[in-house]
Amino acid sequence: MRPTGEAEAVLVQILFYLFATLLVAGALGVISARNPVYSVLFLVFSFINSAAIWLLVEAEFLAIVLVLVYVGAVMVLFLFVVMMLDINLAEIRQGFTRFAWLGWITAAALIVEIVGVIWRHGLGGVDVGRGFVSEPANYSNTLALGRVLYTRYAYPFELAAVLLVVAIVAAIALTLRRRPGMKVQDVSRQVAVRAEERLRVVKVSAEKRS
Amino acid sequence: MITLADLLTLSAILFALAVAGIFLNRKNVILLLMCVELLLLAANFNFIAFSRMLGDLTGQVFVFFVLTVAAAESAIGLAILVVLFRERRSISVEDLNTLKG
Amino acid sequence: MNPHLLIAIPLAPLIAAVIAGLAGHRIGRVATHTLTITGVAIACGLSLYVLKQMYWGGVGTFNGPVYTWLVSDGVHIQVGFLIDRLSVLMMSVVTFVSLCVHVYTIGYMSDDPGYTRFFSYISLFTFAMLMLVMANNFMQLFFGWEAVGMVSYLLIGFWYTRPSAIFANLKAFIVNRVGDFGFILGIAALFSYTHSLSYTTAFAAAPHIAQQTLPVFGGVNALTLACVCLFIGAMGKSAQVPLHVWLPDSMEGPTPISALIHAATMVTAGIFMVARMSPLFEYSNAALSFVLVIGATTAFFMGILGVVNNDIKRVIAYSTLSQLGYMTAALGASAYSAAIFHLMTHAFFKALLFLAAGSVIIGMHHEQDMRKMGGLGKYMPITAITCWIGGLALVATPFFSGFYSKDAIIEAVGLSHRWGSTYAYWCVLFGSFITSLYTFRLLFMTFHGEERFRHAAAAHGHDEHGHEAHGAHEPRESPLVVTLPLIALAIPSLVIGYLTVGTVLYGNYFGSAIMVRPQNDVLAQMAAGYHGPLRLALEGLVGWPFLFALAGFATAWLFFLRRPDLADAAAVKFAWLKRILDQKFYFDWFNEQVIARLGRGLGTGLWKVGDQGVIDGALVNGTAASVGWFGGVVRRVQSGYLYSYAFWIVIGLAALLGWFLVHA
Repeated sequence: MRPTGEAEAVLVQILFYLFATLLVAGALGVISARNPVYSVLFLVFSFINSAAIWLLVEAEFLAIVLVLVYVGAVMVLFLFVVMMLDINLAEIRQGFTRFAWLGWITAAALIVEIVGVIWRHGLGGVDVGRGFVSEPANYSNTLALGRVLYTRYAYPFELAAVLLVVAIVAAIALTLRRRPGMKVQDVSRQVAVRAEERLRVVKVSAEKRS
Repeated sequence: MITLADLLTLSAILFALAVAGIFLNRKNVILLLMCVELLLLAANFNFIAFSRMLGDLTGQVFVFFVLTVAAAESAIGLAILVVLFRERRSISVEDLNTLKG
Repeated sequence: MNPHLLIAIPLAPLIAAVIAGLAGHRIGRVATHTLTITGVAIACGLSLYVLKQMYWGGVGTFNGPVYTWLVSDGVHIQVGFLIDRLSVLMMSVVTFVSLCVHVYTIGYMSDDPGYTRFFSYISLFTFAMLMLVMANNFMQLFFGWEAVGMVSYLLIGFWYTRPSAIFANLKAFIVNRVGDFGFILGIAALFSYTHSLSYTTAFAAAPHIAQQTLPVFGGVNALTLACVCLFIGAMGKSAQVPLHVWLPDSMEGPTPISALIHAATMVTAGIFMVARMSPLFEYSNAALSFVLVIGATTAFFMGILGVVNNDIKRVIAYSTLSQLGYMTAALGASAYSAAIFHLMTHAFFKALLFLAAGSVIIGMHHEQDMRKMGGLGKYMPITAITCWIGGLALVATPFFSGFYSKDAIIEAVGLSHRWGSTYAYWCVLFGSFITSLYTFRLLFMTFHGEERFRHAAAAHGHDEHGHEAHGAHEPRESPLVVTLPLIALAIPSLVIGYLTVGTVLYGNYFGSAIMVRPQNDVLAQMAAGYHGPLRLALEGLVGWPFLFALAGFATAWLFFLRRPDLADAAAVKFAWLKRILDQKFYFDWFNEQVIARLGRGLGTGLWKVGDQGVIDGALVNGTAASVGWFGGVVRRVQSGYLYSYAFWIVIGLAALLGWFLVHA
């Protein structure tokens, strides 16, 4: 069921501001948490809020993907790495504030600039103050996305798949440890073996009996 | 009612926070990677906002690809991190100065 | 005329030279000299044939290219021949003297390890000189000019283990560079006006160029400047004051090349060149005055130096300088024919004198000091007689070849009305006294009087030739290969003037090859009073030049044969004069102490300040240092931390975005 009336619009707006506030708070937590584990958890929190906002603007498929792929896979990977690595926490926080002022200034400048672009100059004739129009009730975001993805964007989609495979191979290749002295089977060598490598015919000259 | 400006402003704030995060972190490469994820998220917000606003699904397809690339990037980035940690017993950014001639 | 025939003339000696130079050691001495002599003989025979064809056969001038090397921007750089009566005469003289010298060398160099190399050089020289003489364009002229200079350098330094020879050949080379610099500037000046290297174009443009003014030195006549520059080249090559200093030193080379290069042919290249350029020089009175004064000065003052020198070859070398001065003076007086005529007769008798001196030197076992000779006439009759013939020709005794040419020069200079001609006339007139003085001094000291070699040999037992210590070593007459060229050269020294004066000098032999403007034509005036060679000689017997020569003979006889003690007394009394003369008017001193020192100072200054200070210090090392300094500053930006690079990217992004916002 979709909210359609005036009251529903207000509700959506309230929800948006709520999630937006939580999202900004989560992002702040990511960059300022003392423990990397907390940072990852804050990031997960941010992603979930983002997904909620995407749901509000009716990009349901991406919202679900964000939760499934990011929170379910990538963030777990982060968490796994953070926990696996034995990081000295005391050392991590040293020198935190050395360039902090520069970071904040840059961040403030960026916000001012982008917001300035949005509000003052408009976006090339796009009315930024316009609200989103809801899709009809029988509209399926997943279906529509799937339709373009498997027709118009079939090749980029395949490429993305290849890219993921390459990433998997690369990640494995990078982290694979070859320890010398380990007893392993090399199947390809076993298959490629030839007779003369296994058998050596030695000629023994008969000794003259004295 | 959510307007385009609302989403774009939110994305700008997110982006700026991520940039600030890159600046603030000295000691932890993982945090840099996380900040990059935040940056991409901010970008995705813009894509989705404009896609919905203009009624063009291409923007959402693009977000899909961005998510794919970001996942690949995180995987490889973390793999490099693991190798790095194995080599140096540290993931401090300040130790990563081998680019210096 | 058949161009193939003409090409064969320079190519025959060249091919011989190349084979002798590259394969001389393999084919042996006899084959080498046979080959080179054959090459030169072919050239000589063909030259004489062409001469005959042109004079008696009525064959006209040949002027055309035989090979085009390259064409650039309409400028043809090519090998071309201009064969007219002037060049064919030079070709005949050059090849004839060269042939004599080739034959003579067999005897003179017989015990030298560089035998085949020497033959290769002199054949190469013959080729180069022929190219110079036969040229019809400035490019080829310059090629020949430099090629003879190079061979001259190689031959002066032929005995390259002697430091003095190396010094002499470097000196010759460097002094000639000064001249050649002027020469190439002259060619460039003409080229800039005509845009062509051909003689014909340049000659045709001469009256036009004479109207132009070049904006250098506050504006000078273009043709005068070009001619003076060309003549500076001739001063270097023909050893005119003040670029004469290399010629006496060049006597370090073997005697045959002193005869061939430094008496008969190469040094006359300058004379030939000016005569060849007569259509240019005729339009510039100023340039001709310059030529006249330089020539007369050389003729007189260089002759004086011959009087005090004791080295037999150097005396002849100074004599050559003096005679070249005569030729130059004749050029300056517009008597080009007289200059070429003297060049021809001089080539014969001066080559003869040099070869005779060489014969004496062989007889004295490479002793060149005349104070250790004397009385040699008894032992070397052929050498003495031929040398006397050469000497008499040199002092312009009537009926001898030198008389006809030299008397004509003196008279032509006397008739000239050009600026400086009065000075020049006195110079050349007294020059005949000087000529006579040093010539007879040489003859008396060498062939007559006390046999000083007897005690000289004993006293100089430590000489490099150890066998002379065995006491008096009586000189013997040289072998036939040496005396034969002497005789071959003595005959033209005697008669060629008598035979050819009517045609070459007064008979308009050269025709259009030499151009003289009517108002300058002194020879035409003299031709009016010419009634055959016999009468000319008889008149010469009472002319001033001959009387001066007689006075010179008497002086020489008194001082160097009759009363040698008087000469010594005079030397003591006029010690200041002798010192100046011994120092050769301080030309060498000036060159070494002032010019060379200035050059070295300039070089050191440029080296220390310009090269080490500015170029190395400020520019090369300064560039590196400033780059290093800048790098040291910028290096701080490159921390090696990835995040700092990311900072800069982000900060740059923010700044750019801001800039767009402000300006959009």
